[in-house]
Amino acid sequence: MAEFLMPTLGADMTEGTLVQWKKRAGDRITKGDIIAEVDTEKAAIDVEAHATGIIERLISRPGDKVPVGTVMAIIREEGRPTTSIASPQTIATPPAPPPPVPRTEDIPVATTQPGRVRISPAARKLAAERGIDAGQLQGTGPEGAITLEDVERATVTTAEGAKPVSGTDRQARMRQTIAAAMARSKRDIPHYYLSTTIDMGRAISWLTETNEQRPVTERLLYGVLLIKAVALALRRVPELNALWKDGEAGRSERIHIGTAISLRQGGLVAPALHDADRLSLSELMQHFQDLVKRARAGSLRSSELSDPTITVTSLGEQGVETVFGVIYPPQVALVGFGKVVERPWVADGLVVARPVLIASLSADHRVSDGHRGGVFLAEIDRLLQEPQSL
Amino acid sequence: MSKPTAGDETRTMVLRILSEIAPEADTASLQPDVSFRDQLDLDSMDFLNFVVALHKEFHLEIPEADYPHYMTLNGCLARLSAARS
Repeated sequence: MAEFLMPTLGADMTEGTLVQWKKRAGDRITKGDIIAEVDTEKAAIDVEAHATGIIERLISRPGDKVPVGTVMAIIREEGRPTTSIASPQTIATPPAPPPPVPRTEDIPVATTQPGRVRISPAARKLAAERGIDAGQLQGTGPEGAITLEDVERATVTTAEGAKPVSGTDRQARMRQTIAAAMARSKRDIPHYYLSTTIDMGRAISWLTETNEQRPVTERLLYGVLLIKAVALALRRVPELNALWKDGEAGRSERIHIGTAISLRQGGLVAPALHDADRLSLSELMQHFQDLVKRARAGSLRSSELSDPTITVTSLGEQGVETVFGVIYPPQVALVGFGKVVERPWVADGLVVARPVLIASLSADHRVSDGHRGGVFLAEIDRLLQEPQSL
Repeated sequence: MSKPTAGDETRTMVLRILSEIAPEADTASLQPDVSFRDQLDLDSMDFLNFVVALHKEFHLEIPEADYPHYMTLNGCLARLSAARS
Protein backbone atom coordinates (compact mmCIF):
# COMPACT_ATOMS: atom_id res chain seq x y z
CA MET A 1 0.00 0.00 0.00
CA ALA A 2 1.44 3.38 -0.90
CA GLU A 3 0.42 6.68 0.55
CA PHE A 4 0.03 9.60 -1.80
CA LEU A 5 1.27 12.61 0.16
CA MET A 6 1.05 16.33 -0.40
CA PRO A 7 4.45 16.86 -2.02
CA THR A 8 6.77 19.74 -1.34
CA LEU A 9 6.93 21.79 -4.49
CA GLY A 10 9.41 24.40 -3.42
CA ALA A 11 11.86 25.20 -0.67
CA ASP A 12 9.37 26.85 1.64
CA MET A 13 6.05 25.37 0.73
CA THR A 14 4.16 24.33 3.86
CA GLU A 15 0.77 23.48 2.44
CA GLY A 16 -1.19 23.28 -0.78
CA THR A 17 -4.85 23.43 -1.70
CA LEU A 18 -6.34 20.49 -3.55
CA VAL A 19 -8.09 21.97 -6.58
CA GLN A 20 -9.35 18.74 -8.07
CA TRP A 21 -8.69 15.03 -8.35
CA LYS A 22 -7.88 13.89 -11.88
CA LYS A 23 -8.57 10.24 -11.04
CA ARG A 24 -11.24 8.37 -9.15
CA ALA A 25 -11.02 5.68 -6.53
CA GLY A 26 -10.64 2.37 -8.35
CA ASP A 27 -8.69 3.91 -11.25
CA ARG A 28 -5.52 2.19 -12.32
CA ILE A 29 -2.58 4.57 -12.37
CA THR A 30 1.01 4.38 -13.53
CA LYS A 31 3.90 6.13 -11.87
CA GLY A 32 4.10 9.61 -13.39
CA ASP A 33 0.38 9.89 -14.16
CA ILE A 34 -1.17 13.15 -13.07
CA ILE A 35 -3.61 12.39 -10.32
CA ALA A 36 -4.36 15.75 -8.74
CA GLU A 37 -4.17 19.46 -9.33
CA VAL A 38 -2.83 21.38 -6.35
CA ASP A 39 -2.70 25.13 -5.91
CA THR A 40 0.36 26.60 -4.23
CA GLU A 41 1.46 30.15 -3.56
CA LYS A 42 3.18 30.12 -6.90
CA ALA A 43 0.96 28.28 -9.33
CA ALA A 44 -1.47 25.47 -9.89
CA ILE A 45 0.56 22.27 -10.19
CA ASP A 46 -0.25 18.92 -11.76
CA VAL A 47 0.82 16.39 -9.17
CA GLU A 48 2.14 13.07 -10.44
CA ALA A 49 1.75 9.66 -8.86
CA HIS A 50 4.94 8.13 -7.49
CA ALA A 51 3.60 4.56 -7.51
CA THR A 52 1.83 2.23 -9.93
CA GLY A 53 -1.36 0.54 -8.84
CA ILE A 54 -5.01 1.13 -8.11
CA ILE A 55 -6.34 4.12 -6.21
CA GLU A 56 -7.83 2.61 -3.11
CA ARG A 57 -9.19 5.73 -1.55
CA LEU A 58 -9.18 9.49 -2.03
CA ILE A 59 -8.92 11.19 1.33
CA SER A 60 -8.47 14.92 0.72
CA ARG A 61 -11.34 16.82 -0.76
CA PRO A 62 -11.18 19.60 -3.34
CA GLY A 63 -10.81 22.90 -1.51
CA ASP A 64 -8.92 21.32 1.41
CA LYS A 65 -5.76 23.07 2.52
CA VAL A 66 -3.37 20.18 3.03
CA PRO A 67 -0.04 20.45 4.91
CA VAL A 68 3.04 19.05 3.12
CA GLY A 69 3.52 15.36 3.94
CA THR A 70 -0.15 14.69 4.72
CA VAL A 71 -1.70 11.55 3.23
CA MET A 72 -4.09 12.61 0.46
CA ALA A 73 -4.89 9.22 -1.03
CA ILE A 74 -4.06 5.55 -0.69
CA ILE A 75 -2.72 3.60 -3.64
CA ARG A 76 -2.80 -0.21 -3.69
CA GLU A 77 0.40 -1.14 -5.42
CA GLU A 78 0.44 -3.69 -8.19
CA GLY A 79 0.49 -7.30 -7.01
CA ARG A 80 -0.11 -6.51 -3.34
CA PRO A 81 -3.35 -7.38 -1.68
CA THR A 82 -5.36 -4.71 0.08
CA THR A 83 -4.78 -6.25 3.44
CA SER A 84 -1.02 -6.71 3.27
CA ILE A 85 -0.30 -4.06 5.85
CA ALA A 86 -3.40 -3.61 7.91
CA SER A 87 -4.30 -7.26 8.32
CA PRO A 88 -5.57 -7.57 11.93
CA GLN A 89 -3.91 -10.98 12.46
CA THR A 90 -0.47 -9.48 12.15
CA ILE A 91 -1.11 -6.73 14.64
CA ALA A 92 -0.73 -7.69 18.28
CA THR A 93 -2.41 -4.67 19.79
CA PRO A 94 -5.88 -3.73 18.67
CA PRO A 95 -5.59 -1.47 15.71
CA ALA A 96 -6.61 2.11 16.15
CA PRO A 97 -9.91 2.92 14.51
CA PRO A 98 -9.36 4.19 11.01
CA PRO A 99 -9.46 7.95 10.68
CA PRO A 100 -12.80 9.28 9.58
CA VAL A 101 -12.68 9.33 5.84
CA PRO A 102 -15.36 10.85 3.69
CA ARG A 103 -17.06 8.33 1.51
CA THR A 104 -15.25 8.09 -1.76
CA GLU A 105 -18.31 8.73 -3.85
CA ASP A 106 -18.79 12.07 -2.12
CA ILE A 107 -15.52 13.35 -3.46
CA PRO A 108 -16.01 15.24 -6.67
CA VAL A 109 -13.69 14.34 -9.49
CA ALA A 110 -13.19 16.41 -12.61
CA THR A 111 -15.63 14.64 -14.84
CA THR A 112 -15.32 16.30 -18.19
CA GLN A 113 -11.96 16.41 -19.89
CA PRO A 114 -8.95 15.62 -17.77
CA GLY A 115 -7.55 19.02 -18.80
CA ARG A 116 -7.70 21.96 -16.46
CA VAL A 117 -9.87 25.00 -16.70
CA ARG A 118 -8.48 27.14 -19.50
CA ILE A 119 -7.90 30.51 -17.93
CA SER A 120 -5.36 33.27 -18.36
CA PRO A 121 -3.04 33.83 -15.39
CA ALA A 122 -4.44 37.33 -14.90
CA ALA A 123 -7.99 36.01 -14.84
CA ARG A 124 -7.01 33.21 -12.48
CA LYS A 125 -5.49 35.72 -10.10
CA LEU A 126 -8.49 38.01 -10.19
CA ALA A 127 -10.84 35.10 -9.67
CA ALA A 128 -8.83 34.00 -6.63
CA GLU A 129 -8.82 37.53 -5.22
CA ARG A 130 -12.54 37.79 -5.56
CA GLY A 131 -13.27 34.33 -4.32
CA ILE A 132 -14.82 33.22 -7.59
CA ASP A 133 -14.68 29.56 -8.62
CA ALA A 134 -13.22 29.78 -12.13
CA GLY A 135 -14.49 26.29 -12.87
CA GLN A 136 -18.04 27.61 -12.82
CA LEU A 137 -17.45 30.35 -15.37
CA GLN A 138 -18.21 30.26 -19.05
CA GLY A 139 -15.08 31.31 -20.96
CA THR A 140 -15.36 33.59 -23.99
CA GLY A 141 -11.68 33.62 -24.95
CA PRO A 142 -9.88 31.43 -27.50
CA GLU A 143 -11.01 27.78 -27.21
CA GLY A 144 -13.34 28.73 -24.39
CA ALA A 145 -10.59 30.16 -22.19
CA ILE A 146 -11.73 32.32 -19.30
CA THR A 147 -10.55 35.90 -19.73
CA LEU A 148 -10.27 38.84 -17.35
CA GLU A 149 -13.56 40.16 -18.69
CA ASP A 150 -15.34 36.90 -17.86
CA VAL A 151 -14.17 37.20 -14.27
CA GLU A 152 -15.16 40.88 -14.16
CA ARG A 153 -18.61 39.95 -15.39
CA ALA A 154 -18.91 37.19 -12.85
CA THR A 155 -17.89 39.63 -10.13
CA VAL A 156 -20.72 41.94 -11.09
CA THR A 157 -23.28 39.15 -11.17
CA THR A 158 -22.19 37.65 -7.86
CA ALA A 159 -21.37 40.91 -6.10
CA GLU A 160 -24.40 40.66 -3.85
CA GLY A 161 -23.41 37.38 -2.29
CA ALA A 162 -19.69 36.93 -2.80
CA LYS A 163 -17.26 38.48 -0.37
CA PRO A 164 -13.82 39.36 -1.63
CA VAL A 165 -11.31 37.00 -0.09
CA SER A 166 -8.67 39.04 1.65
CA GLY A 167 -5.10 37.89 2.06
CA THR A 168 -5.22 35.56 -0.89
CA ASP A 169 -3.51 37.80 -3.38
CA ARG A 170 -1.34 35.29 -5.15
CA GLN A 171 1.32 37.82 -6.02
CA ALA A 172 1.74 38.88 -2.43
CA ARG A 173 1.90 35.24 -1.38
CA MET A 174 4.39 34.43 -4.11
CA ARG A 175 6.55 37.30 -2.91
CA GLN A 176 6.39 35.91 0.62
CA THR A 177 7.37 32.45 -0.62
CA ILE A 178 10.31 33.77 -2.58
CA ALA A 179 11.31 35.93 0.39
CA ALA A 180 11.25 32.95 2.74
CA ALA A 181 13.35 30.78 0.41
CA MET A 182 15.85 33.53 -0.29
CA ALA A 183 16.13 34.56 3.38
CA ARG A 184 16.82 30.94 4.23
CA SER A 185 19.41 30.79 1.47
CA LYS A 186 21.20 33.93 2.66
CA ARG A 187 21.01 32.81 6.27
CA ASP A 188 22.20 29.22 5.81
CA ILE A 189 24.34 29.13 2.69
CA PRO A 190 27.81 30.67 2.70
CA HIS A 191 27.81 31.84 -0.89
CA TYR A 192 30.87 32.55 -2.97
CA TYR A 193 30.65 34.23 -6.37
CA LEU A 194 32.73 33.91 -9.52
CA SER A 195 32.30 35.24 -13.01
CA THR A 196 33.95 34.98 -16.36
CA THR A 197 33.47 36.65 -19.74
CA ILE A 198 32.81 34.25 -22.59
CA ASP A 199 33.34 34.96 -26.27
CA MET A 200 30.04 33.97 -27.87
CA GLY A 201 31.13 34.61 -31.47
CA ARG A 202 31.39 30.96 -32.48
CA ALA A 203 28.22 29.93 -30.69
CA ILE A 204 26.16 32.70 -32.26
CA SER A 205 27.53 32.15 -35.79
CA TRP A 206 26.84 28.45 -35.47
CA LEU A 207 23.33 29.16 -34.22
CA THR A 208 22.59 31.60 -37.05
CA GLU A 209 23.75 29.07 -39.64
CA THR A 210 21.79 26.28 -37.99
CA ASN A 211 18.62 28.32 -37.76
CA GLU A 212 18.90 29.38 -41.40
CA GLN A 213 18.44 25.75 -42.36
CA ARG A 214 15.55 25.11 -40.01
CA PRO A 215 11.90 25.98 -40.40
CA VAL A 216 10.69 28.50 -37.85
CA THR A 217 9.04 25.76 -35.80
CA GLU A 218 12.39 24.04 -35.20
CA ARG A 219 14.69 26.96 -34.51
CA LEU A 220 16.82 27.17 -31.41
CA LEU A 221 17.25 30.01 -28.94
CA TYR A 222 20.78 30.63 -27.70
CA GLY A 223 19.54 30.10 -24.15
CA VAL A 224 19.31 26.40 -24.96
CA LEU A 225 23.02 26.30 -25.81
CA LEU A 226 23.75 27.83 -22.41
CA ILE A 227 21.61 25.29 -20.58
CA LYS A 228 23.23 22.39 -22.42
CA ALA A 229 26.71 23.75 -21.73
CA VAL A 230 25.89 24.00 -18.01
CA ALA A 231 24.52 20.45 -18.00
CA LEU A 232 27.61 19.00 -19.68
CA ALA A 233 29.99 21.03 -17.49
CA LEU A 234 28.32 19.54 -14.41
CA ARG A 235 29.54 16.09 -15.48
CA ARG A 236 33.05 17.42 -15.00
CA VAL A 237 32.32 19.18 -11.67
CA PRO A 238 29.55 16.98 -10.24
CA GLU A 239 29.76 18.38 -6.70
CA LEU A 240 27.83 21.43 -7.91
CA ASN A 241 24.95 19.18 -8.97
CA ALA A 242 23.79 18.29 -5.50
CA LEU A 243 21.16 18.85 -2.86
CA TRP A 244 21.92 19.81 0.75
CA LYS A 245 20.13 17.55 3.16
CA ASP A 246 20.63 16.79 6.84
CA GLY A 247 23.91 18.61 7.11
CA GLU A 248 25.57 17.23 4.01
CA ALA A 249 25.47 17.50 0.25
CA GLY A 250 24.10 14.55 -1.67
CA ARG A 251 25.28 14.47 -5.26
CA SER A 252 22.62 13.83 -7.83
CA GLU A 253 23.26 11.19 -10.47
CA ARG A 254 20.88 12.93 -12.84
CA ILE A 255 21.17 16.49 -14.05
CA HIS A 256 17.90 18.41 -13.79
CA ILE A 257 18.41 22.05 -14.67
CA GLY A 258 16.02 24.41 -12.89
CA THR A 259 15.31 27.17 -15.36
CA ALA A 260 14.25 30.50 -13.91
CA ILE A 261 11.15 31.67 -15.78
CA SER A 262 9.64 35.05 -15.02
CA LEU A 263 5.86 35.11 -14.91
CA ARG A 264 4.02 37.82 -16.73
CA GLN A 265 2.24 38.98 -13.60
CA GLY A 266 5.48 39.23 -11.63
CA GLY A 267 7.30 36.63 -9.63
CA LEU A 268 9.15 33.64 -10.98
CA VAL A 269 9.35 29.87 -10.96
CA ALA A 270 12.32 27.65 -11.71
CA PRO A 271 11.02 24.28 -12.91
CA ALA A 272 13.38 21.52 -14.04
CA LEU A 273 14.46 20.48 -17.49
CA HIS A 274 15.01 16.82 -16.69
CA ASP A 275 18.21 15.06 -17.80
CA ALA A 276 19.32 18.13 -19.70
CA ASP A 277 22.78 16.62 -20.31
CA ARG A 278 21.29 13.72 -22.26
CA LEU A 279 18.94 15.67 -24.52
CA SER A 280 19.92 16.95 -27.96
CA LEU A 281 19.66 20.70 -28.48
CA SER A 282 16.45 20.20 -30.48
CA GLU A 283 14.90 18.09 -27.73
CA LEU A 284 16.02 20.54 -25.11
CA MET A 285 14.48 23.40 -27.09
CA GLN A 286 11.15 21.58 -27.34
CA HIS A 287 11.13 20.82 -23.63
CA PHE A 288 12.14 24.38 -22.79
CA GLN A 289 9.40 25.85 -24.99
CA ASP A 290 6.84 23.57 -23.42
CA LEU A 291 8.07 24.36 -19.92
CA VAL A 292 7.88 28.15 -20.39
CA LYS A 293 4.42 27.84 -21.88
CA ARG A 294 3.15 25.70 -19.02
CA ALA A 295 4.87 27.80 -16.36
CA ARG A 296 3.06 30.86 -17.64
CA ALA A 297 -0.24 29.06 -18.05
CA GLY A 298 0.08 27.72 -14.51
CA SER A 299 0.24 24.03 -15.37
CA LEU A 300 3.56 22.71 -14.18
CA ARG A 301 4.08 19.16 -12.96
CA SER A 302 5.05 18.38 -9.41
CA SER A 303 8.31 16.68 -10.37
CA GLU A 304 9.41 19.72 -12.32
CA LEU A 305 9.15 21.90 -9.24
CA SER A 306 10.46 19.49 -6.69
CA ASP A 307 13.58 18.06 -8.26
CA PRO A 308 15.87 20.61 -9.95
CA THR A 309 19.47 19.90 -8.99
CA ILE A 310 20.86 23.33 -9.95
CA THR A 311 19.32 26.54 -11.28
CA VAL A 312 20.20 28.59 -14.36
CA THR A 313 18.98 32.16 -14.58
CA SER A 314 19.37 34.24 -17.69
CA LEU A 315 18.63 37.93 -17.25
CA GLY A 316 20.08 39.17 -20.51
CA GLU A 317 16.62 39.87 -21.89
CA GLN A 318 16.35 42.77 -19.47
CA GLY A 319 19.69 44.16 -20.55
CA VAL A 320 21.52 43.00 -17.44
CA GLU A 321 25.17 42.17 -17.97
CA THR A 322 26.02 40.33 -14.76
CA VAL A 323 23.90 38.21 -12.43
CA PHE A 324 24.81 37.85 -8.76
CA GLY A 325 22.53 34.96 -7.97
CA VAL A 326 21.05 33.68 -4.73
CA ILE A 327 21.14 29.88 -4.49
CA TYR A 328 17.76 28.19 -4.33
CA PRO A 329 17.88 25.80 -1.36
CA PRO A 330 18.42 22.88 -1.07
CA GLN A 331 20.52 23.28 -4.23
CA VAL A 332 24.16 24.20 -3.83
CA ALA A 333 24.83 26.28 -6.95
CA LEU A 334 23.25 28.72 -9.36
CA VAL A 335 24.53 29.82 -12.75
CA GLY A 336 23.66 33.29 -14.06
CA PHE A 337 23.96 34.58 -17.61
CA GLY A 338 23.80 38.21 -18.65
CA LYS A 339 23.17 39.83 -21.98
CA VAL A 340 25.23 39.15 -25.07
CA VAL A 341 26.95 42.46 -25.86
CA GLU A 342 29.49 43.54 -28.46
CA ARG A 343 32.77 44.44 -26.76
CA PRO A 344 36.35 44.98 -27.84
CA TRP A 345 38.09 41.62 -27.53
CA VAL A 346 41.64 40.56 -28.19
CA ALA A 347 41.88 37.56 -30.50
CA ASP A 348 45.15 36.45 -32.12
CA GLY A 349 46.81 39.68 -31.01
CA LEU A 350 44.19 41.90 -32.62
CA VAL A 351 41.46 43.94 -31.01
CA VAL A 352 38.17 42.99 -32.60
CA ALA A 353 34.50 43.52 -31.78
CA ARG A 354 33.05 40.29 -30.43
CA PRO A 355 29.72 39.33 -28.89
CA VAL A 356 30.51 38.42 -25.29
CA LEU A 357 28.54 37.20 -22.32
CA ILE A 358 29.28 37.20 -18.61
CA ALA A 359 28.61 33.88 -16.92
CA SER A 360 28.51 33.86 -13.14
CA LEU A 361 28.43 31.15 -10.53
CA SER A 362 27.01 31.43 -7.03
CA ALA A 363 28.00 28.36 -5.08
CA ASP A 364 27.79 26.95 -1.57
CA HIS A 365 31.15 27.05 0.21
CA ARG A 366 30.12 24.14 2.41
CA VAL A 367 30.20 21.99 -0.71
CA SER A 368 32.77 23.40 -3.11
CA ASP A 369 35.62 25.88 -3.31
CA GLY A 370 36.44 28.66 -5.71
CA HIS A 371 38.96 26.51 -7.52
CA ARG A 372 36.33 23.94 -8.52
CA GLY A 373 33.88 26.71 -9.32
CA GLY A 374 36.49 28.18 -11.63
CA VAL A 375 37.02 24.82 -13.36
CA PHE A 376 33.27 24.65 -13.89
CA LEU A 377 32.99 28.11 -15.50
CA ALA A 378 36.04 27.40 -17.67
CA GLU A 379 34.37 24.18 -18.83
CA ILE A 380 31.20 26.08 -19.78
CA ASP A 381 33.39 28.49 -21.77
CA ARG A 382 35.22 25.63 -23.50
CA LEU A 383 31.95 23.91 -24.43
CA LEU A 384 30.50 27.10 -25.91
CA GLN A 385 33.54 27.38 -28.19
CA GLU A 386 32.50 24.08 -29.78
CA PRO A 387 28.78 24.63 -30.26
CA GLN A 388 28.50 21.87 -32.86
CA SER A 389 29.37 19.30 -30.19
CA LEU A 390 26.77 20.47 -27.70
CA MET B 1 -19.91 51.23 -41.86
CA SER B 2 -17.36 50.12 -44.37
CA LYS B 3 -16.83 46.44 -45.09
CA PRO B 4 -13.88 44.91 -43.31
CA THR B 5 -10.88 44.72 -45.62
CA ALA B 6 -8.21 42.04 -45.85
CA GLY B 7 -5.95 44.43 -43.93
CA ASP B 8 -8.45 44.62 -41.05
CA GLU B 9 -8.64 40.86 -40.86
CA THR B 10 -4.86 40.56 -40.81
CA ARG B 11 -4.65 43.14 -38.05
CA THR B 12 -7.30 41.36 -36.00
CA MET B 13 -5.47 38.07 -36.42
CA VAL B 14 -2.10 39.55 -35.41
CA LEU B 15 -3.67 41.11 -32.31
CA ARG B 16 -5.34 37.82 -31.42
CA ILE B 17 -2.00 35.99 -31.62
CA LEU B 18 -0.41 38.66 -29.43
CA SER B 19 -3.15 38.42 -26.84
CA GLU B 20 -2.62 34.67 -26.63
CA ILE B 21 1.05 35.25 -25.89
CA ALA B 22 0.43 38.15 -23.49
CA PRO B 23 -3.10 37.46 -22.16
CA GLU B 24 -3.08 40.38 -19.75
CA ALA B 25 -2.12 42.94 -22.38
CA ASP B 26 -4.54 45.47 -23.80
CA THR B 27 -3.72 44.91 -27.45
CA ALA B 28 -6.33 47.44 -28.57
CA SER B 29 -4.21 50.32 -27.30
CA LEU B 30 -0.99 49.05 -28.83
CA GLN B 31 1.17 51.75 -30.41
CA PRO B 32 1.76 50.52 -33.95
CA ASP B 33 5.33 51.74 -34.33
CA VAL B 34 6.71 50.83 -30.92
CA SER B 35 8.22 47.36 -30.54
CA PHE B 36 6.09 44.59 -29.02
CA ARG B 37 8.98 43.76 -26.76
CA ASP B 38 8.86 47.21 -25.13
CA GLN B 39 5.09 47.43 -24.90
CA LEU B 40 4.18 43.88 -24.00
CA ASP B 41 7.33 42.79 -22.20
CA LEU B 42 7.91 39.96 -24.66
CA ASP B 43 11.08 37.92 -24.26
CA SER B 44 12.85 35.96 -26.98
CA MET B 45 10.72 32.87 -26.32
CA ASP B 46 7.51 34.91 -26.61
CA PHE B 47 8.74 36.48 -29.81
CA LEU B 48 9.65 33.10 -31.28
CA ASN B 49 6.17 31.82 -30.40
CA PHE B 50 4.71 34.89 -32.09
CA VAL B 51 6.67 34.26 -35.29
CA VAL B 52 5.72 30.57 -35.23
CA ALA B 53 2.05 31.53 -34.88
CA LEU B 54 2.32 33.98 -37.80
CA HIS B 55 3.95 31.24 -39.85
CA LYS B 56 1.13 28.81 -39.10
CA GLU B 57 -1.66 31.32 -39.57
CA PHE B 58 -0.42 33.00 -42.76
CA HIS B 59 1.56 30.07 -44.23
CA LEU B 60 4.59 32.26 -44.47
CA GLU B 61 8.27 31.40 -44.26
CA ILE B 62 9.95 33.90 -41.94
CA PRO B 63 13.74 33.63 -41.97
CA GLU B 64 15.49 34.68 -38.79
CA ALA B 65 17.13 37.56 -40.65
CA ASP B 66 13.65 39.04 -41.20
CA TYR B 67 12.70 39.02 -37.50
CA PRO B 68 13.38 42.76 -37.02
CA HIS B 69 10.59 43.54 -39.49
CA TYR B 70 8.08 41.74 -37.31
CA MET B 71 8.84 43.55 -34.09
CA THR B 72 6.16 46.25 -34.43
CA LEU B 73 2.52 46.05 -35.46
CA ASN B 74 3.01 48.26 -38.53
CA GLY B 75 6.13 46.34 -39.52
CA CYS B 76 4.21 43.09 -39.29
CA LEU B 77 1.23 44.33 -41.28
CA ALA B 78 3.49 45.70 -44.02
CA ARG B 79 5.27 42.37 -44.36
CA LEU B 80 2.10 40.33 -44.27
CA SER B 81 0.39 42.49 -46.86
CA ALA B 82 3.47 42.38 -49.11
CA ALA B 83 3.52 38.59 -48.82
CA ARG B 84 -0.12 38.39 -49.82
CA SER B 85 0.15 40.57 -52.95
